[in-house]
Amino acid sequence: MILHPALILVLGALVLPWLPHRGARQAASLALPLAALWAVWQVPDGSAWQLHFLDYTLTPLAGDKLTRLFATIFALMAAAGALFALRQESRVEVPAALFYAGSAMGVAFAGDLITVFIFWELMAIASTLVIWSAGSRASYSASMRYLSIHLLGGVVLMAGIAGHVAATGSLAFTHMTPDSGASWLILAGFLVNAGAPPLSAWLPDAYPEASWSGTVFLSAFTTKTAVYVLLRGFPGTELLIWVGMFMIFYGIVYALLENDMRRILAYSIVNQVGFMVVGIGIGTEMALNGAAAHAFAHIIYKALLLMSAGSVLYRTGRRKCTDLGGLFQSMPVTAVCGIIGALAISSFPWTSGFVSKSMISQAAGDEHLQYVWLGLAAASAGVFLHAGIKFPWFVFFQKDSGLRPADPPASMQIPMILFSALCIGLGLFPAPLYALLPFEVNYAPYSGAHVVTQLQLLLFSGLAFFVMLGFLKRTLTISLDLDWFYRMFAPRLVNLLTPLLTGVIAGLERTAASVAQRAGKTLHRHHGPQGALARTWPTGSMAFWTVVMLLAWLALYYLP
Amino acid sequence: MRESTEKHWLLRPKTITLLWRVFIAILAATVIAERVVHLHPHFGFDGWFGFHAWYGFLACAAMIIFAKGLGLLIKRPDTYYGDDQ
Repeated sequence: MILHPALILVLGALVLPWLPHRGARQAASLALPLAALWAVWQVPDGSAWQLHFLDYTLTPLAGDKLTRLFATIFALMAAAGALFALRQESRVEVPAALFYAGSAMGVAFAGDLITVFIFWELMAIASTLVIWSAGSRASYSASMRYLSIHLLGGVVLMAGIAGHVAATGSLAFTHMTPDSGASWLILAGFLVNAGAPPLSAWLPDAYPEASWSGTVFLSAFTTKTAVYVLLRGFPGTELLIWVGMFMIFYGIVYALLENDMRRILAYSIVNQVGFMVVGIGIGTEMALNGAAAHAFAHIIYKALLLMSAGSVLYRTGRRKCTDLGGLFQSMPVTAVCGIIGALAISSFPWTSGFVSKSMISQAAGDEHLQYVWLGLAAASAGVFLHAGIKFPWFVFFQKDSGLRPADPPASMQIPMILFSALCIGLGLFPAPLYALLPFEVNYAPYSGAHVVTQLQLLLFSGLAFFVMLGFLKRTLTISLDLDWFYRMFAPRLVNLLTPLLTGVIAGLERTAASVAQRAGKTLHRHHGPQGALARTWPTGSMAFWTVVMLLAWLALYYLP
Repeated sequence: MRESTEKHWLLRPKTITLLWRVFIAILAATVIAERVVHLHPHFGFDGWFGFHAWYGFLACAAMIIFAKGLGLLIKRPDTYYGDDQ
């Protein structure tokens, strides 16, 4: 019997909060992801578990290279996140985060669409709890908005799955083409979790409201699970190129306008997932490898960036760029780790982002997709702009805020240092990562031309940043997004319509009451004790009226 | 003078001038290096001299200006939604 890696985390997370000592809980929170990581590598290729449910055969555990790649990084991420969150006071957050990681892993190992759906929904609930456990009013309302969007996405996905199963009779989760209503619904359900338009706003709305450690977990699982299901379900769907392209530039432009350091990084998640979605849309082996590798690398450097931001928040309690600056002087480890993450997200040569993202551009070039390639090149420069320089500059340099917080405790520094080492290690030695990818890799990232052109692109982007710094001055603002419709427009509409509707309803009630009263009076007049119809009548008058009726009938009968 | 000795060495005006000079030297070096390495352009235009340098710069300038313009329309005070901060 093979252990299900996802169930180790999911069931373990349910036991975790009830352990008696804090030390035991901390030890278990580290041991569970590592046990799951071990179990991931015990899963053979092909379906390992089969279950009969109603008339269907479910495959809750099936392995292949793609599955193993995502499950591995999910387990690694859960372990590093748990270490970072060791000092988290909330007793809910870490168990919820491990449950969340386990559910993401459950999606990765799912061989059928029903299992995908079940873990998909568990993921939504667990991640909502992670946001919720920050304990503030803002995080509560953000978590409720987040949950609403994900439940909506879940309903769309379920409808799609039901339609797909009804039409094809197959539950198997394999390659689909969006050619029927059902498969479009499945695609839409997947895209909601990827942060695709028009519902991108849930991500930068909700993630930055979690605690200093919660956001680290959140950055990893939901969107990357969406990348995984798109990779398996819809590779080569051309629409995804344009969806991804939109996400890339949406992320850059909104991040440039943003003042909250963690919201900058949240927008850049949408941006980075956009690169992966473009790769999936291109759909060649090179592009799909690139998307998968980029997801792997992204989880590491994005978690690193959010750990760096989380450490700043942990020490200062501040999150706005306008309140921060100059922190490199007293938080050197946090600053250096943040800069390494920033270089990796920018695909700087010798970092993990360079060896993964470049495969997507290469695939666009190989396929002669000129505009896609140009878009990706501009976006690569834009990533350095909005995340690569903007985040470290405004948090650690910029003006001197006068704050002199110390670096965070060792339990927070160690995972940052480990992930920094991974960012550089994968950049210098990409072979182990390439060996994990779903297809064979025939790609050498380090050619002289590639390094030189990438350095040109990034460094001149840096020049643009510093030359135009005046344009990027931070202000105490947020940027409106389509979430305005459900955060502002809909409540206002309700407020506006409420007096109107209450008026109408009150009017209707009054009318109904007076109609009923009048009906009652009429009834009383005719049928009441004195009513004409309640009186007793002599037999004679009865005979008289019968005769009248008969005569009337006779007269009518002879009318033409 | 006293103030500059109190400042962190990285923040002194001298260091910043030096950093700018080094940065510009590196920028120039990356463009000149194009002559040394063998470029293999996909499309043709990406083989033009210094293409990635000026394309990167102009693309970023365009994105910053676009963001600035869009900001005029969609920026609101960060207390706009009330419970956010």
